[in-house]
Amino acid sequence: MSSSGILKSSIAKKYAMALTGLFLCLFLVGHLLGNLQLFIPGEEGQTAFNEYALFMTTFPAVKVLSYLTYASVLFHLVDGVVLTMQNRKARPVRYAVEKGSANSGWSSRNMAVLGTIVLVFIVTHMQNFWWKMHFSEMPTQMVDGVALKDLHTVVLDYFNPAVNSMAAAAVALYVLGMAALGFHLWHGFASGFQSLGVRHETYTRWIEMAGKAFAVAVPLAFASIPLYLFMTQG
Amino acid sequence: MNLTLKVWRQDGPEDKGRLETHQLSGVTGDMSFLEMMDVLNDKIIREGGDPVVFDHDCREGICGMCSMFINGEAHGPGRGVTTCQLHMRSFKDGDTITIEPWRASAFPVVKDLAVDRSAFDRVIQAGGYVSVNTSGETLDANAIPIPKADADEAFNAATCIGCGACVATCKNASAMLFVSAKVSQFALLPQGQPERKRRVTRMVEQMDKEGFGNCTNTGACAVECPKGIDLSNIARMNRDFLSSSLTGE
Repeated sequence: MSSSGILKSSIAKKYAMALTGLFLCLFLVGHLLGNLQLFIPGEEGQTAFNEYALFMTTFPAVKVLSYLTYASVLFHLVDGVVLTMQNRKARPVRYAVEKGSANSGWSSRNMAVLGTIVLVFIVTHMQNFWWKMHFSEMPTQMVDGVALKDLHTVVLDYFNPAVNSMAAAAVALYVLGMAALGFHLWHGFASGFQSLGVRHETYTRWIEMAGKAFAVAVPLAFASIPLYLFMTQG
Repeated sequence: MNLTLKVWRQDGPEDKGRLETHQLSGVTGDMSFLEMMDVLNDKIIREGGDPVVFDHDCREGICGMCSMFINGEAHGPGRGVTTCQLHMRSFKDGDTITIEPWRASAFPVVKDLAVDRSAFDRVIQAGGYVSVNTSGETLDANAIPIPKADADEAFNAATCIGCGACVATCKNASAMLFVSAKVSQFALLPQGQPERKRRVTRMVEQMDKEGFGNCTNTGACAVECPKGIDLSNIARMNRDFLSSSLTGE
């Protein structure tokens, strides 16, 4: 088989889906660890977070990782759309009665919808923080005579009902995005391993358990930050 | 028991088709689902109508011919059984039962509930075989040592009867469970090794060509499979496909 034939095959598209998806799971861990600094109170937290933000936007190795992340998101998105369109085409006439709940999990049947909600979240999220950090006027914080972009204040204000009249809606969208992410991971994490052919009589159960723990813990930890900022400010 | 049946009627591949409602009485719990269909057809013929076309053959659960999507599930609500082994005691008096054909673009409807599953045959033709020397010096299969666990796994995969319930039940109409079972039954045995790499790439290529959907690992196929073929076969095929793509011809 020619190499172009392999890339066109259904299974290769699933490898791509799995590899990008699992790479994005690693990204989530890194992003979360950074975000958790928002729990550090006072000026100490502000300095830690802003120095971290500077590091993340300037350090060369991180740059490479961030481009890999953008590429993964885009590839996961395009590949997902192609797969979904092919799947729709494979069943042109729908069943009058279809009892999916009898044989499969809800998240596994709704990955495209969940992924779309996550995408909407990513777009608004990047517009709110990533775009501001990279391309627009930012407040600054003076640390040791150097003016740092004060992303810390931007984030705190965004989720502060006293500053942002839309803070409640912002928190709600964030929590919704994380809920969709959680359900997406509930199926996606272990599914990625299956697509890559990683399956074992004993260890697959562990992968599934780890995937479910990941799907609950990571989005919950992410969502706890805006909830905390919303409830403790204003 | 008395039943309301909503049966898919379609005159041919080009016809749009519709659900037709029938009232049926005198059904007993000991009847198989196909026997209930026989009673329905008997009634339709007596009334001068056109009987419902459906596939069936052995009626013992081993041939893979019967193929009905009953109340939203392939082969109905039972587990580990084909439609012919599903008994009417699984239903209650007064139930409404919706009966549809397997729905997939790769399985076009021939008439009513009968679909054309020759796409599966073409997948098998693409690589689902072993070339055995028949010159008279063929090595006795029993003379080749095979670990018990491998023999069992291969046998489990080989119990696939090719009924197509996996395609019918998959929300993407994917044929991965069928194809992976047919890949696994040889991949696990020494006789299957010479053609192992060619087999998996060709069968997957043909599967894609037939217009089946992509696997999203919902696992519905394995739950509805009357023979209990499990998802480890799909993982094995995914592994084999990767290694064959990288190292195969």
